[in-house]
Amino acid sequence: MLLLTCPCCGVTAEETEFHNAGEAHLKRYGPGSDDADYEAYMFARKNPRGVHFERWRHAFGCGKFFHAARCTMTLEVFGTYSAQTLAPPAEIAAKIKARRPEWEGYK
Amino acid sequence: MSHRLSTGGRLIDRSRSLEFTFNGKSMSGYEGDTLSAAMLGAGQVLAGRSFKYHRPRGVVASGAEEPNALVGLGEGQRYEPNQRTTTTELFSGLKATSQNHWPSLEFDVGAINSKLSRFLPAGFYYKMLIHPRAFWKHVYEPIVRHSAGLGRAPDAETRDADRYEHFYAFCDVLVAGGGVAGLTAARAAARAGKRVIVMEQTAHFGGRAPVDGEVIDGMPASEWVDGVLAELHGLENVTVLERTMVAGVHDHGYILGYQRVADHQPGADKPRHRLWRVRVGQLITATGAIERPLSFAGNDLPGVMLASAVRDYVVNWAVAPGKRVVVVTNNDDAYRTALALHQAGVTVTAVIDARFEATGDLPAQARAVGIRVAEGMAIRQVLGSKRVSAVALCRFDSDGGAVAETLECDAIAMSGGWSPVVHLWSHCGGKLTWDDARAFFRPDPARPPLGHDGQGFVAAVGSANGMMDIVEVLSDAHQTAQGTGEAPQAEPVPEAEMLPVWMMPKQASYELRAKMWLDPQNDVKVSDVQLAAQEGYASVEHTKRYTTLGMATDQGKLSNINGLAILSDALGQAIPQTGTTTFRPPYTPISLGVIAGEAAGPVFQPLRRTPMHAWHEAQGVYWEPVGLWRRPYCYPQGEESHADAVIREINQTRTSVGLLDASTLGKLLIKGPDAGKLVDMLYTNMMSNLKVGKCRYGLMCNENGFLSDDGVVARLSEDSFLCHTTSGGADRIHAWIEDWLQCEWWDWQAHVVNLTEQFAQIAVVGPNARKVLEKMGSDMDLSREGLAFMEWRDGKIADIRARVFRISFSGELSYEVAVPASQGQAFWDAALKAGAEFGIAPYGTEALHVMRAEKGFIMIGDETDGTVIPQDLNLNWAISKKKDDFLGKRGMERVHMVSPDRWKLVGIETLDGSVIEDGSLAPLPGVNENGQRRTQGRITSSYYSPTLGKGIAMALVHNGPERMGEEIAFQGKDGATIMARIVDPVFYDKAGEKQNV
Amino acid sequence: MRRYSVFAIAREAMRQHNGWDRAWASPEPKSHYDVIIVGAGGHGLATAYYLGKNFGIKNVAIIEKGWLGGGNTGRNTTIIRSNYLQDPSAAIYEKARSLYETLSQDLNYNIMFSPRGVMMLAQTESEIRGYRRTEYANTLQGVETRFIGPNEVKRLVPIMNIHGPRYPVLGALWQPRAGTARHDAVAWGYARACSDMGMDVIQNCEVTGIESVGGQVSAVVTTKGTIGTKKLAMVVAGHSGHLANMAGFRLPVESVALQAMVSEPIKPAIDVVVMANTVHGYLSQSDKGEMVIGGGADHFNNYTQRGSWMHIEETTRALVETFPMLSRLKMLRQWGGIVDMTGDRSPIISKTPLGNTFINCGWGTGGFKSIPGSGWAMAELVAKGEPGPLAQAFSLDRFREGRFIDESVAAGVAH
Repeated sequence: MLLLTCPCCGVTAEETEFHNAGEAHLKRYGPGSDDADYEAYMFARKNPRGVHFERWRHAFGCGKFFHAARCTMTLEVFGTYSAQTLAPPAEIAAKIKARRPEWEGYK
Repeated sequence: MSHRLSTGGRLIDRSRSLEFTFNGKSMSGYEGDTLSAAMLGAGQVLAGRSFKYHRPRGVVASGAEEPNALVGLGEGQRYEPNQRTTTTELFSGLKATSQNHWPSLEFDVGAINSKLSRFLPAGFYYKMLIHPRAFWKHVYEPIVRHSAGLGRAPDAETRDADRYEHFYAFCDVLVAGGGVAGLTAARAAARAGKRVIVMEQTAHFGGRAPVDGEVIDGMPASEWVDGVLAELHGLENVTVLERTMVAGVHDHGYILGYQRVADHQPGADKPRHRLWRVRVGQLITATGAIERPLSFAGNDLPGVMLASAVRDYVVNWAVAPGKRVVVVTNNDDAYRTALALHQAGVTVTAVIDARFEATGDLPAQARAVGIRVAEGMAIRQVLGSKRVSAVALCRFDSDGGAVAETLECDAIAMSGGWSPVVHLWSHCGGKLTWDDARAFFRPDPARPPLGHDGQGFVAAVGSANGMMDIVEVLSDAHQTAQGTGEAPQAEPVPEAEMLPVWMMPKQASYELRAKMWLDPQNDVKVSDVQLAAQEGYASVEHTKRYTTLGMATDQGKLSNINGLAILSDALGQAIPQTGTTTFRPPYTPISLGVIAGEAAGPVFQPLRRTPMHAWHEAQGVYWEPVGLWRRPYCYPQGEESHADAVIREINQTRTSVGLLDASTLGKLLIKGPDAGKLVDMLYTNMMSNLKVGKCRYGLMCNENGFLSDDGVVARLSEDSFLCHTTSGGADRIHAWIEDWLQCEWWDWQAHVVNLTEQFAQIAVVGPNARKVLEKMGSDMDLSREGLAFMEWRDGKIADIRARVFRISFSGELSYEVAVPASQGQAFWDAALKAGAEFGIAPYGTEALHVMRAEKGFIMIGDETDGTVIPQDLNLNWAISKKKDDFLGKRGMERVHMVSPDRWKLVGIETLDGSVIEDGSLAPLPGVNENGQRRTQGRITSSYYSPTLGKGIAMALVHNGPERMGEEIAFQGKDGATIMARIVDPVFYDKAGEKQNV
Repeated sequence: MRRYSVFAIAREAMRQHNGWDRAWASPEPKSHYDVIIVGAGGHGLATAYYLGKNFGIKNVAIIEKGWLGGGNTGRNTTIIRSNYLQDPSAAIYEKARSLYETLSQDLNYNIMFSPRGVMMLAQTESEIRGYRRTEYANTLQGVETRFIGPNEVKRLVPIMNIHGPRYPVLGALWQPRAGTARHDAVAWGYARACSDMGMDVIQNCEVTGIESVGGQVSAVVTTKGTIGTKKLAMVVAGHSGHLANMAGFRLPVESVALQAMVSEPIKPAIDVVVMANTVHGYLSQSDKGEMVIGGGADHFNNYTQRGSWMHIEETTRALVETFPMLSRLKMLRQWGGIVDMTGDRSPIISKTPLGNTFINCGWGTGGFKSIPGSGWAMAELVAKGEPGPLAQAFSLDRFREGRFIDESVAAGVAH
């Protein structure tokens, strides 16, 4: 049972208050995009063993979406941050690097 | 013979005698007894039968680790199988029955398995019972199933007489275990001002220390315990819970506590069990250690018990397991049992010590009181049939070929050393390290379970942490809990080194090894583990699964380490190299009732109610669950069938007027300067050009292009749109819109609000609908021109603030009226009153479905199933060609989506007018390459149309729209074929005149 | 291979069982194989078995980072059924089910296939429609199922409360020849048969890299050295994404935890498998007497083999509601496995962007029931280099083309 902190309302709450919404920072490919880009956007997933960036919604709280950086091997949460970002912010990357020196950075 | 001693027993109240029955036989015990103590006190050693060989079984332990003494407890609605007698507190009127035998405990036909045991080694069923094929299901398996299983199943119609509940709590420190280590840690944390919860699984605090006669801070341990408890009870930041076991440790510091509130008081007005769900900052496991049995031939006979358990029975309950007891050990601690027995006046025939020398303080004390100590010796074999009668001894360092001596005895107290209880440490990923000197796994402090912040959140203290000396235990607990000042003081009792003994004698022959039990419940012997190793089931998990070692109800608390050692020896590798099996929650089994909690029966799930819910219920409605809502399916009158009710409701609506509770329909308000831009992305249609005051039907697709929802959009103002969704779709679509708004188009100025529950929505439908509304009185012009089809207005009806949508899902003249939820019932009542002269009647979802099908309207979930695109349903008109982008547009461009071979929507009429089977397929001749019949279409909806007096259906058919008038065969009932004709899906009022009057 | 039989048992019983051979050999890897299969779970071992049996390809190594059968093969709730809606699913699951019928005899290892029947409860109108639709589809697919009414349900499962106040049982889809099998035995039986054919089952050997030459796989790098191969089959379920990364491609797969639990054993109380999708729970009773209960999957990526408690709670609540007599039984053990979920929740049996490299994954919650069929289809793909009819629809390119195999559709969407 994960414990997550919503960066929008600041509440730290049970996993049951949240909904996971899949991999973060996907770039949308719409009409006219080529098949490979569209397929990757829709289906290809990093599904990493280790540092993972994902989307959550504080569904039974403030209703806001946010991003979390989490380890899929230990479930450690490195931090949560705004959904309105295209990549993990520097401070989150620094937190991850401090905990996982071997991490190669967000790609 | 086990018996009650005339004096002593620190936990029993001899003034309060309690009557109980075992297998119908009346017995008596004392208040404070466990059931096992009371049974032993009453001379009842035989408690049950083992799983595989149906061997006689007696109690072996005194606590949660007990593998043998399992009984059926209670009767009827309070019957519970597989209850451990060692953790069952005695109460007056307790009824226990033994398990897994026929016809009786004393004479069990199944015990033939024991005689045949050489034919039933580990994994025998994998190697036989293969032929003939049909025999497994019909002959072998029923025999296996009936001889396996343990307790009798509760009766089929059992309804648990008790209730269960959940508590939620938070604390800085949760201490698991109320022994002296746990109490020391709890007190230290409490004094530092932390919020502390202490959970002790038994009814008593102090753990082993009072039994072992420890002296702490200059007083007897029990007195010290009482003092600490009094202090803890007096602190507001501390919660002390007895009869509460930490059952499981889950990720991010989520701890489950299992409180047995009323097991000892059946019928009391209390929940039976309570599940504590606690988020902790830190978990301190002070769960102690469990003594290990020794593996010697015949060690499964009733009367063979753990030395510590024997000591518990004597000291706590004044029960002696026998009159002449042999103690067998590889360590000093078991001498405490010899001394306790001696002090209680029970004869200790001898202490058999596998070590070549037993020279520690405790052996010296034993010798001093005249107890014989036999060094370097082993039990070769226990003699007896249903209980111990004697032991044959041999040299430990031998193969057991030569019997040195035979000693008569009626009980054996064995000790193979101790293993820390590391379960809680391990549940959530904590790792173990092997302690060679004391031959056990203990928590590796460098590799604890990690919390949400990546830091360890569990600490083990005391013997759970591998500390076996009282002084170490207390200081470890004090330090780990960051206590200030001095740790509690105790007198050290030095113990000599133990000798790891995994089998006795050391070189035992096969004949002996085949009689050494590792897991007495599942009947796994030393020879079975060795066979597994021989056959290559070399991973510890393979061995466990092949032999069933450690898979019994005690989950290997007594057997795992011994089994591991045997396996490691067989494989010629060190024990840590073999590793352990995974420790999984719960620590001991917890009731399914407590997991379910209070959510049962009517409150099994939350129930969403529309404002008119109670009215529907009062009509004797037949409900249909839709998500967490219930919607009226139909309103049968008297003895009327559901089908007849539906026909009546349709006829009433089509010929006069009907009333539908449409409140469950989703109502999402999208507002803001960019609202038009947003709805254009959400819908396949162009929505931004909708005029204020108008309504438009729209489709929503997911990014794959599949149709996901539909509904009518009303433009409320320049910057606001009210989007209706399906009943089941409201929350899902709301979340979906939020997702796009927040995560993709976060710079757009628009927001969405879910208004579904703010409004009651009532459809007044039928040729007389307008008359009804006009009679109710309105300040709006509801005439054909005043409120045209696909328009809406705000105003008042029957003096109730109302928004009226002139939309129709039935093809009739229809007004959907939204009123504040609080006014829903008032509006409904007013409509019924005004409509009385037209025979107005409510209709349900089935009538709704039939009427929409008569009109050829699609229904999300019927015509769509998550794989259907709008084009399949000939809804191309609702897909804007002008828009560059909308959700799903790219998905629809894919090869398979534009294929000419997609099945498309048509109407279907059977040639004979009958109702075709919903979901049936249209088979084609021939089969595909997997031998499956080829198909060319599928019925998506099928109803009897009372309006047309015949069956009508919709279907998706290959090239369907080009095949109008063609005959096509569908599957009928019971393998028959039914002939039908492809027709236009609009069966009723093709010109659409009726909704426009 | 020494055959297993009652006579063999009797013979060994007379000599202290010292004549039993190893069930499978434990060799060191050779330098080169015709085919390397990564993953010695049920699917990997079955692939090897049918490569040997159907195509005579026996120079095969099955390498496994842990112990064979230790992934989802040894962690599932052992249900075998084939009452699927879509043609490709029904074909492969029915192939699997029919192979299970004779698997004990084929492998000379009793996997205890018990065709006790599986029922899927309908508790809403839309479930009735979904299951009726499935029944019609199954009829044409050669899968024996029928929709039964609530009274028949009660007759088959006396412990069920069909009059629950929230979700009364309205009927069920019944597949009489579906059932259960002993999950570990499936892996062990296949491993023994593969070993007997001369294949190498190599445990405790983790793949750390994949080598290729000119777009074709050439070797796998492992903790036991680099091993050359002509063909590579990846059959590693939840760890497929990780392996695909080594081979240089991405998959439409995410790994999540799926949980299960067992009760303490009791005497026989239920003779069929019951699945209740509306309330989210399923139940059968093992031959040992334990109630085997399947829970829901987490929604977040997870490799820990531990799931969130709420799923255990939800499924227990559902089952106590449906089978009230369970209330006073006790949960003995809960655990989790890592399942691989694809974009349409159907499996992948496919060629990959790397030449002579094939993948079998994405079985999600349907892995155990499909093992023999999956192995059969995968063996054909590996042997011929092209998918046969069973595998064809499950190729990777279906996502690009929008050719989904969506089984969730039968569940219906609430209206």
